[in-house]
Parts: sequence; C-alpha cells; structure tokens
Amino acid sequence: MKTFIAVLFTVMSLPLFAATKDKPKSPPVPTAQIIDIAFLNQEQTPPTETLSNLDLFVANKGVEGAELAISDNNTTGQFTHQNFVLHKFNVPVEGNVADIFKQNISDKFHYVITNLNAANTLAISDLATNSDTLLFDAGTVDDSLRNEQCRQNTLHLLPSRAMKADALAQYMMKKRWSKWFLVVGNTPEDALFATALKRSAKRFGMKIVTEKKWEHTFDARKSAQSDISVFTQSDDYDVLVVADEQGLFGEYLAYRTWLSRPIIGTQGLIATAWHSTHDLWGATQIQHRFQDLAKRNMEEPDYGAYLAVRAIGEAATRTKSADLKIIRDYLRSPQFTLQGYKGNALSFRAWDGQLRQSILLVAPRSLVAVAPIEGFLHPKTELDTLGFDQSESTCKLEK
Amino acid sequence: MNKKLLIFALFAAINANAETVFVTLEKDNALAVMNPIDGTLLKTVPIGKRPRGIALSPDNKSLYVATSDDNTIKIFDAETLKQTGKLPSGEDPETFALSPTGDKMYVSNEDDSLVTVIDLAQKKISKQIKVGVEPEGICVSADNQWLISASETTNMVHWIDVKTQTIVENTLVDARPRFVTFTPDSSQLWVTSEMAGSLMVLDTKTKQPIKTINFAIQGVPNDKIQPVGIAIDKERKRAYVALGTANRVAVINAQTFEVEKYLLVGSRVWNVAFSTDKKRLYTANGLSNDVSIIDLESQTVTKSVGVGNYPWGLVVKP
Repeated sequence: MKTFIAVLFTVMSLPLFAATKDKPKSPPVPTAQIIDIAFLNQEQTPPTETLSNLDLFVANKGVEGAELAISDNNTTGQFTHQNFVLHKFNVPVEGNVADIFKQNISDKFHYVITNLNAANTLAISDLATNSDTLLFDAGTVDDSLRNEQCRQNTLHLLPSRAMKADALAQYMMKKRWSKWFLVVGNTPEDALFATALKRSAKRFGMKIVTEKKWEHTFDARKSAQSDISVFTQSDDYDVLVVADEQGLFGEYLAYRTWLSRPIIGTQGLIATAWHSTHDLWGATQIQHRFQDLAKRNMEEPDYGAYLAVRAIGEAATRTKSADLKIIRDYLRSPQFTLQGYKGNALSFRAWDGQLRQSILLVAPRSLVAVAPIEGFLHPKTELDTLGFDQSESTCKLEK
Repeated sequence: MNKKLLIFALFAAINANAETVFVTLEKDNALAVMNPIDGTLLKTVPIGKRPRGIALSPDNKSLYVATSDDNTIKIFDAETLKQTGKLPSGEDPETFALSPTGDKMYVSNEDDSLVTVIDLAQKKISKQIKVGVEPEGICVSADNQWLISASETTNMVHWIDVKTQTIVENTLVDARPRFVTFTPDSSQLWVTSEMAGSLMVLDTKTKQPIKTINFAIQGVPNDKIQPVGIAIDKERKRAYVALGTANRVAVINAQTFEVEKYLLVGSRVWNVAFSTDKKRLYTANGLSNDVSIIDLESQTVTKSVGVGNYPWGLVVKP
C-alpha cells in the first residue's frame, strides 16, 4: 500500500515539476481577465409513453458541451490571459426557472446560456430586458422565438424547425421525392414541426398528397403490424414525412408501411445540428474530446451549449475584452465567425439572432448529406437558404 | 553530335531529372510511388492505417509516415520501403515536422493540445509542449531558431524557441489555421487559414502580420476557397498555395503578395511539393484521387496521374 502511494505521489508530482521547470522567466504575467458565464438548465423527464427504451436517458444533456467549450476556451485563454468560469444552475423538473434566474443570475452575470423549453426561454428573455445580460438560447428550436417573439438580448444557437425542415426539403427535392405523405403526432411540438414542413413544401414546390394525425396507441406490439399498414394506405406518394419529436411512434413506421417508401423527418432520415456519425471537417477531434469528458456521444443540446460558450470565447479572444458591450457588438457584427466543425464559418443573422449553420442529414448509423444541398443558391450565403431569410422574417429588433 | 556525347547528354538529362514522388493514400492505407518525369504510377505499397503526414530525412535515406490509426509514425528505408522502425508519436498523429538537422521530430497531438518532441536517435519522447486547441500545422525555420505550431480552434500560431523548447509568443491568426511554413530565408512565416479562406504573412522579427492575402475566383463561392498547403521558392519570387475545395493552386508573387494566377488542378487539392530542380510542382488532390503536375516555367498543369484513394501528402526523393 505504501509503495502504491509513493508511486502515485511520484507520478502526480512529475507534471508539476515539469511545469515549474518550464515556466518562462520573463515577462511578468499580466492579470487575467475573468469571464463568468452562467448556465441555466432545467432537467428533462423521459417521455412517458415512449415505445423504445433503447437509449439511455440523460436528464442534463447540454451541460457537458458547455464544460468542454470552457476547457477549450481556457486552453486558448492561457495564451491571452483570459479565464472563463462556468457557473451551473440546474433547476429540477418541478422547480421554478424564473425564481432561480431572479435570485442567482440576474444582475450577477453578463453572459447567460439557457437550456430551457420555449416558454421558459421567452420568460427569461423578458425578465432580463432591463439588466446587462446577453442570453444564449441553446435549448429551443422554436421559430416563434426567432420571429414574432424575438428579443434583442437573445441569440439562438440551434437551428430552428424551419431550418431543419428546409434542409430535409432540399434533400427531397434533389431526390425528386416531391409527393409527401405527412404524418403528425399529438403534441404541440409535433404541430409546430408540421407547420415548418408545410412551409418548406411550399417554398420548394413539393406537394403534400396526404396528411394524417397519428391517433393510435403507442404500444408497438398492438399497433405496429396491423395499424401502420392500414394507416399508411393512401394515394401514391414518394416519401413518408414524420413529425414526432418525442419519438412516440415514428420509429415503428419503417418497414411496416403499405407501400415501400422511405421515411424522413423526425425519424428515418433526420435533420440535426450534430450527430455521432459526423466526422467531416475535423469533427472527429471534438467527438473524441466530448466522449473522453462525458463518456457518451455528443448530441444536439451538447453542441448548442458548446457553441454558445465558444462564441463568447471567440469574441473575447478577438476583441481582447471581457466587456459586455464590446463582446455583444462583435458577436452581432459581420467580423464574427465561429468554427463549428461544419466546413464553413458560422455567424449570427443580424435580423433575428439565429446562428447560421449547415445542418446534418443523418440515418441512425450514417451521415447521408449536409444541407444546404449543393445547387441551392443564395445571393449572400448559401447558409441562408435554410430557415427564415431576412425578407421573410417577422422579427423586429430595436436598433 | 557525336554518338558518345549524345549518350552522355541523355544520361545526364535522365540523372538530373530522376526523382521519385511518394504519396500517402489516406483511404488505401498505402503509399503510392510515382515517376513524375513520365507521369506514371510505379507501384502502391501497403504502409499502415490511415497514412497522412510524410517527410524525408535531410539525407534522403529515411522516410517518415504518420499512420494515424496505428497511432505511430513509421520509419522506412527510402530505397527499399522496408519498415526500419517506429516512433512514439502519441495518439492519432497527422502532421509533424523534422528539424533541419534531422535529429528531432515535432508532432502535433490534436486530441491532447500538445506538441511532442521526439529524439530521433533514441526514438524517444524528450518533451511535450502545451499548445492551443487542436494543433495541426507545424514547421521549423531553416535557421533552426523557431518551431511553429498552429492550433486550429484556438486560431493561433505559437512561436516555440527551438533551444529552450518553450513558447515565447503567440499570434492570433484568421479562423482555422491549417498549414504553416517559413520562407527559405526564415524571415517570414506564411500561414493558411482554411475557414477564413486567407493567407497571412507574419514577420519573424515582430511576429505580427504584415499582409493578409484573400482569394477570389470567378464562379467559385467564397466558402469553397479553403487554403491549405504552401510552397515558396528559394529566391522568394513566387509562392504556390493549394486552395482545397476550390480545386485550384494560387500563384502568388512573393515580393508584392499579389495573386498572379489560379491554376485548375484536381478536386480538394491538399498538399503541394516542388520537384528537386524546382521546375515542377506536384499537388495531392484528395477527392479526385490524383496528383497534378504543374510546369512552373509555363505555369500550366501538364498532367494528372491517378495514384489511389485520398492522396494526402507527398515528398520528392531525388
């Protein structure tokens, strides 16, 4: 035992010794700028009626993405004398997010990352109107928060439903799958995604030949074989497009439809900001770093939180400042670009605070395509072929 | 002309031009061996998993290849291509640089934000230096004063004093720096930034940028212009920069920093290398699976040679 401790001590002291030895003699180290970032997260509950319990449920997706980005920021910060500190506020499922914000965050932090549902995100944006706070929404995909409910103090990291639906529609257009059979689940979120899909269909000249709401049970043994083949009998169509964000029934459509058709949408081929199959543009490196840290694959909420912290880091490094006004102006300026392992530079849309980005189209075990799909052109940047472009946006940000 | 003289002249010509190009093939786990004079692929040799970075020792006797998925850098006899050893490179080695004296190797360890220094005589790690996030581009100045490591996510080049092996200064550069090289006289450092689509020229004395070169090609969207490999001639008259998915090599006047010409090569052109007589430039084209040969006097692409899947890097052996 004693030997073991001695060995352990020696091993631990080695890097320390090396560090002291390597210390540069001059010049004196300037005082570090401290950049405090609050991370406000509400725990998630697993969907109650889910058919599938194949995947391990993680209640706090996102936090580890922020932790990884803090570590990346601080690796850079050691050379720029900036130190980034993450302060985590984790609200239980039944907790009151607004109370936690008022008590612990408002007036104490300039930079706040939220990983909340749409209603709570909006509530926090409104609570923060009069304080010196810049909010980074890393949790929602709601188009209303980027349009009629947009707020000057809030930036959105994840692609909205409209952006995802456009990504899928571009791919379907390329494949000439122009006749859609749209299946919509029961939740309000499913209805929102269906609205986004219909907008995309119109935008790209696709036709929804049939639309049905899923009203059957969520029990695979009862529903899968009999109900789905009956449910999917309809006029001929090219592709079955599903809006089932919680995954309550969508997984059971494949291989059971009346006609043999591909499945796309929230199941089958999906549109997402991040996926474990993504290995282009240096993504392998961040996938490895995240797996080392979290012992699981990086998912969309982790990527959103990662980008939020990295955006603050990048702005602080480039402006050599920790000042809110300077960083906020820089983030919204055309000079700001963020490396997000997507091949092209990410930046915030001036008209709604949405981060413009490529979207991955993935099957469970393979990266199928990256949108914008080649050939979809835009006068400014092809990334703006996804989602609400400036002329379509109903967001009115005060100058 | 007398017959003997003709034979002698021919022999001399062949000798002057005789050279071999070695190309790492990332997806074939192999090395392509090419005769660049007649533009033929001589053979393809299995070499290890996912070979990328490649270099020749200063005496041209040893060939070093980073076999990333074998987590090692292998040493081969440059004549026989038999493996003679391997080096403790750390995980997933991609890029590395040799000291001009050939006694040290510097390896970028992307996953661990480190530069690993290997003593080549002992084949042992002699030091690890902490750098920024995802170090990639790495080079040593010809005067053996500076070791440069560029970190892709930190967006910096780190100036490491070769003698003390410590970072002396850091320079912020454009987004996602990929490749670094000094001018042959060591007075400037050239850095390509893949995401910004730019090339920065830094002054070695001040370590600050003196020029940022942006590229614009008619009919090519800006985000397809992703500069990577750089080759600068000895007199610093011209530099050649591979532009990645723009499928072109930019010809730059290295005195005025003006872009003189864009040469269309293969798809996703990655790394470039001069012929021994500096009259040609070879480019590894990752997505079209070939090597383009550029005649530098006429500044034209004369040939493309199919070499195998995902050519990554190349070296020229006299």
